[in-house]
Amino acid sequence: MILKVALRAIFRNKTRSLLTALGIIVGIAAVIAVVAIGQGATTMMMREINSIGNNLIMVFPGSRNQGGVHAGSGASQTLTAEDGEVIAHDLVHLVKAVSPMVRTGSQVIYQENNWSTQIQGVSIDYPDVRSWGVENGVFFTTADQRSATRVCVIGSTVADNLFPDEDPVGKTIRIRNMPFRVLGVMVRKGSNTMGTDQDDVILAPYTTVKRVLQNSIFNNVNMLMISLYSLDDIPAAKDEIGALLRQRHKLGINTDDDFSLIDMTEITNTIGSMTKLMTILLTTVASISLLVGGIGIMNIMLVSVTERTREIGLRMAIGATPCDILLQFISEAIALSTAGGLLGVLLGIFGARLVGKLQQWPILVTESSVLIAFLFSAAVGMFFGFYPALRASRLNPIDCLRYE
Amino acid sequence: MLITIQNMFKTYNMGDTAVHALDGVSFTIAAGEFVAIMGASGSGKSTLLNILGCLDTPTTGNYLLDGVEVSGMSRTQLAGIRNRKLGFVFQNFNLLSRTSALENAELPTFYNRLFRGAQRRKRAAEMLSRVGLGNRLDHTPAQLSGGQQQRVAIARALMNNPPVILADEPTGNLDSRSSIEIMGLFKNLNNEGITIVMVTHEEDIAACAKRRIMMRDGQIVTTSPTGKAQP
Repeated sequence: MILKVALRAIFRNKTRSLLTALGIIVGIAAVIAVVAIGQGATTMMMREINSIGNNLIMVFPGSRNQGGVHAGSGASQTLTAEDGEVIAHDLVHLVKAVSPMVRTGSQVIYQENNWSTQIQGVSIDYPDVRSWGVENGVFFTTADQRSATRVCVIGSTVADNLFPDEDPVGKTIRIRNMPFRVLGVMVRKGSNTMGTDQDDVILAPYTTVKRVLQNSIFNNVNMLMISLYSLDDIPAAKDEIGALLRQRHKLGINTDDDFSLIDMTEITNTIGSMTKLMTILLTTVASISLLVGGIGIMNIMLVSVTERTREIGLRMAIGATPCDILLQFISEAIALSTAGGLLGVLLGIFGARLVGKLQQWPILVTESSVLIAFLFSAAVGMFFGFYPALRASRLNPIDCLRYE
Repeated sequence: MLITIQNMFKTYNMGDTAVHALDGVSFTIAAGEFVAIMGASGSGKSTLLNILGCLDTPTTGNYLLDGVEVSGMSRTQLAGIRNRKLGFVFQNFNLLSRTSALENAELPTFYNRLFRGAQRRKRAAEMLSRVGLGNRLDHTPAQLSGGQQQRVAIARALMNNPPVILADEPTGNLDSRSSIEIMGLFKNLNNEGITIVMVTHEEDIAACAKRRIMMRDGQIVTTSPTGKAQP
């Protein structure tokens, strides 16, 4: 009932109501749109980090310091697959899986098709480390790894290019003129944040890549990838891995590490702090625009009270209590601001979608942001509508009825 | 007695001097009376009507309305009294513009919990028919003549079935023909048992009442039963 009266008052002055609500509309729309765009970006980045494995520690060989001469990062050759095995064995309470990685690139050939891609030498635990399974066929086995068999598992991009019309499983491809049997195709992973196609890769036993493809007699690796059971263990695991490696590499107390440990929490933290900053900025902008919108509503409600002095007088004469009048004008202000809030939400979603379409940006409109925006607009109406409504309720009916 | 006013004073302080708008007024009105309050401007008749209408409170004195002591009530309590016991008819009608006759008439029931949804519309339609506007329910004030607008206002005053209707110069804004019609309507309502108290300065309008109260300088000069011969 009271809502009906309020809505009628709003629709009596359509243009004025719309202009009054504009502050709220723009404020809410801006918040909804920016939150949707920001949340979309954050969610996408987080999903990508999770796809790499957010509880992942990467160990890179460090720089070598020989007689005061620093070689570049990765120059040290002390990091081996054996280090990885020991880490997996000794730190079994923290570590879920470990895989070394040896990288090389090459052209690969199947019949008349050829493709240039990256070949990664990994261990049989690699699917566990990356949470990345085989879609078609199987991964290589411990036996393959031990005897450096010429087998491989290919990414879906490689499969698409070498085998446009065939099932790759069981076929033989040629890498640097050596035949490799394809055991399986990995699940499609898509591109990562940097735009690199993660499916454009061939996985082979690290032993095969090292000895057969690189023809190397050393057993150093480019990287160790270590996945943990829990994200919370990262600091502890880093300490223990570091200590273990120093011990294995026989580094003295005054010697620098010949390896570096990098984990995903640093990136996650960066994103987290960016999100936090964005939230603060948004809250500030939203507060200002809602404040401005609220003042607009208060202004127009004061005008409305003056304009409708006679109506107030009449309503009081026929039995409206001061409380009735207060409620009437507050509900009018709330109806005005929530209508603005609703329009703002719609406009914001539309705007975010538009930006998403034009900029190829992921958009995520969360129910909570819509709900909060909506409730906030109602609160603004209540807060800024209170004073005009209070003024209306305190008017003297006799003066109101005589008011011209 | 429906209305009992005892030794009522209303004093306004204008700077240093105190102005007595009501200077010791006492009278009674029985149920079923039709009273005209007359007097020159400044005689205190508007103040009296405002107090009778529970829109204003006396400085001192008692006001017993329908067995209830009204003086000293809070604003909220007075609003309840106005809603249930009184119907107002104003000189300038005081209808909500751009609002249909039906919705204008419904208005008092919004502040009366006894009425709900469909009951309001039904009662409003009945009251509009009672004042002869049964075929004008959807017309807005702008689409109605002055006389018709005052009929809507009377229908509105009747909504909560009050024992008393207070009319403040009800014909002041009407032509003579409409005035006669409105006064006829008041007489009919009075014959149906509703007490009517009307402020006017027009002799011929006051002649429709069964009794008149003359005021001067905040006091009652005469209270004469005129026109009692008229039924």
